Formats: sequence, C-alpha cells, structure tokens
Amino acid sequence: MSRVDDTGPHLGRRTDLSGFLFGCGIAASVIDLFLFHLVLQWHHFYDLSTTRVALTADGFFHAVGWFITVWGLFLLADVRRRAEVGWARWAGAVVAGVGFFQLVDGVVSHKLLGIHQIRYGVDLLPYDVTWIGSAVLLMVVGLLVRHRAATTRSSS
Amino acid sequence: MQHDHQHGHDHGDGDGPTSSVPVGGWEVAEVLVLLALGVALVGYAVARRAAGTRRAWPARRTLCWSAGVLCAGAGLVGPVATAARTSFTAHMAAHLLVGMLAPLLLVLGAPVTLALRALPVTGARRLTRLLRTVPVRVATQPVVAGIMSAGGLWVLYTTGLYPLMHGSVLVHALVHAHVLVWGYAFTASLVGVDPDPHRSSVVVRSGVLVGFVAAHSVLARWLYAHPPAGVEAVDGRTGAQLMYYGGDVVDVLLIVLLLHGWYVSVRPRGALRSTLVPAAPNRPGPVRGDP
Repeated sequence: MSRVDDTGPHLGRRTDLSGFLFGCGIAASVIDLFLFHLVLQWHHFYDLSTTRVALTADGFFHAVGWFITVWGLFLLADVRRRAEVGWARWAGAVVAGVGFFQLVDGVVSHKLLGIHQIRYGVDLLPYDVTWIGSAVLLMVVGLLVRHRAATTRSSS
Repeated sequence: MQHDHQHGHDHGDGDGPTSSVPVGGWEVAEVLVLLALGVALVGYAVARRAAGTRRAWPARRTLCWSAGVLCAGAGLVGPVATAARTSFTAHMAAHLLVGMLAPLLLVLGAPVTLALRALPVTGARRLTRLLRTVPVRVATQPVVAGIMSAGGLWVLYTTGLYPLMHGSVLVHALVHAHVLVWGYAFTASLVGVDPDPHRSSVVVRSGVLVGFVAAHSVLARWLYAHPPAGVEAVDGRTGAQLMYYGGDVVDVLLIVLLLHGWYVSVRPRGALRSTLVPAAPNRPGPVRGDP
C-alpha cells in the first residue's frame, strides 16, 4: 500500500494485483454467499459439527474475502486515475483470482480443514473433481488471457 | 428495586393519562435516553449556528449525525427496544442499530470538528488538549477499541450477562452505553473524519478491521448453535443470522470508507480531491484558523 510512481510496470503490476484480489474476493464473498448459501442452499449457514478451529478459519476467510474485494476495486480506481486500464489484463487476473480461491477453498477448507463440504447427503467425489478441476481451468485460462494482454500491450 | 415508584412526568408536559400511574426504572431510563438524544440533536444544531457562516457546514454531516441519533433512538426506545427485552432477534436488531450503524453515522457527523469550529479559541484549545490526553489516545487506538468492542460482545453473549441485563435496568443501560461508546471509539479509530493526531497506519487499521469482522462473524455462527441462556433455539438462530448478515453490511461500509481514505491519501499530484471524505484521514486536519 505504498505510493507508486506512474510508470508502466508499476501500474501493470497494480492492475494484476487489483484483478487477482478482486477475483479471490468475489469468489470468497459474493459467489459463495449468493450462489451456494442463498440460491442453491448447498452449504449450511453453520454446520453444527464444525470445530472451533474451522469456525475461526472460516471467519477469517470471510473477513479477508470482503476486504480484498473492496481493496481490489480501489486499486483499479487508482490505476484508472493514473493511466488507461488494461482491461483484458485485469479481466484475466480476475478469472485467475477466482480460480485460485476456488482451488484453495476446494483443497484447504473442504478437504484438509474440513470446514464444510460442497453439498451434503450426496457422493462428494464428482463434486470435488468438478470443483477442483474447474478451479484449475479458471486459473489457467485467466493466466493465459492476462499473459497475452500484458505482452501485446508492452510490445505495441 | 427497579420499581421505586418514580413519576416519569416530572420532567414537563405531564398531561398524559399515565401521569398518576407509578412507573418503573425502564420508563425513567427511556425518558433519560430521549433527553440525551434531544441534547445531541439540539447541541449539534446550536454548534452549527455558532460555527458561523464563514464556511458552510456540510449538510451531509448534519444528515449523518441526525440519522445516527435516530438509529440510536430506534434501538434504545420504542417498539424494537421493547421487543428486544423478550426476543433475541429484536435484541440483535437493536444491537446492530446502537452498536454499529449509529456509531458509524455519528462518526461521519464529525462532532469534534464541529465543536472545534463552534467553540471560542480557549475552549477549542482545551478540547484539543483533552483529545491528546493518554486515556483518549488509548481508547481511540484501534486494537484497544476493537478488543473492547468485540470482547464486550463475547462477554455479553457467552456469560450470564445476557439474561442479567434484561432483569436490571441498570445493567441494561450499562451494556448499551458500552456498546455505543466503544462502537463509536472503534469506528472513529478506523474511519474517523475528525482530527486524530495519533491515527494508526492504514495497514494496522486494515488488520484490526479484518480481525473484528472475523470475530463478529465467528460469534454470530457460534450463537447460531449456542444461544444465550433463556433464548429459544429458533429465535437464537434468526438473531444469529441477522447479526451475521446485518453485521456484514456495516462491515463492508467500514471497509469501503477505510480504503477510500487510503485511496484519497495516495492520490497523484494534481488529481481532483475526492468528495466522499473531505479531510484526508491520515493527517490531523487543519480545523480552525485557516483563511
């Protein structure tokens, strides 16, 4: 959160950071809240068997999710007031961020910590494979888009 | 002990049908709260007038302050407050109003800045000196205020304090005063627009805010499964979810204001000043004596 000069590489990295944070943040807060809690109702508000460690970890996930969503947007606004935003680069970083968070969520919180599962009362294997597979796919696609946008921008 | 037969209408226009009926401590407390709210509104208006017309006091500050007083009022007296004595969900609604929304709106009303403008020079100096004293500095340190605010909630809901508070008007008043005062100190330490010569860095404030949001959501989920003594399961679950999602709304507002302060503070030279938070929160603002 330090001052940056207005030269290209700094703003490019700030664009990446903005997109990545925003992507992770919406995956953690918005997608999880609206899609899985409210629309599909696959997750419970509170799984009564949740351990204290898992509960605390989930609380921090939740808080950091909101924080980085807003932080990512203010970073974007900061880039925008200094120069033209590389939207493709930013969008790539957002998609990579969503994928990264889903991967961490799928591996660390679902499998290692066991904070909660994707859905209850079903065979979890296809859900886990879909979840982790789609997360990796999103990350790869996002990184590719970001990389292409960054190289075409700097070579032109 | 609470029913000490005081007459609530000794304060003035006593023409209501209940003027001869003995009233208990709750009614006295409500009258005192209404008086305090009235003083807050009238005092702000008087200060606004005394601040002079040289530079108009922003209307949105007055709006925030008035809305904050109304929020505190809605949580402390009236239907929500009355229902809160028996319903945990209503208690949580009142708690969100008094402990989170009202402090935020009151802080955005910038009462200290207004007071410094309204007071004569000697009075303003005295107030500035008061704000620099050790107790005020400690209380408006985000870590301290955050622990007092979130810690107070843990004590309230995980000990026998919650049932106790609804049996005693004094405990009830102390709990609400604690929630409002520390809610204000915490909010001011994070996103205050009043001058704060010892404002913590944005990194510290961000860390404390994330910790507070986490603690708040963990407590809400804990309450979902373990309601306080005397609260029914369904009521407890509804109240806990209200705490979780309602808390989120105010928490996100706090995050936006905090990061907006950062955004303004790192603006490039020559860029237009943003208007959402006029005084850059990282510096003590020039309050009076500017041309």
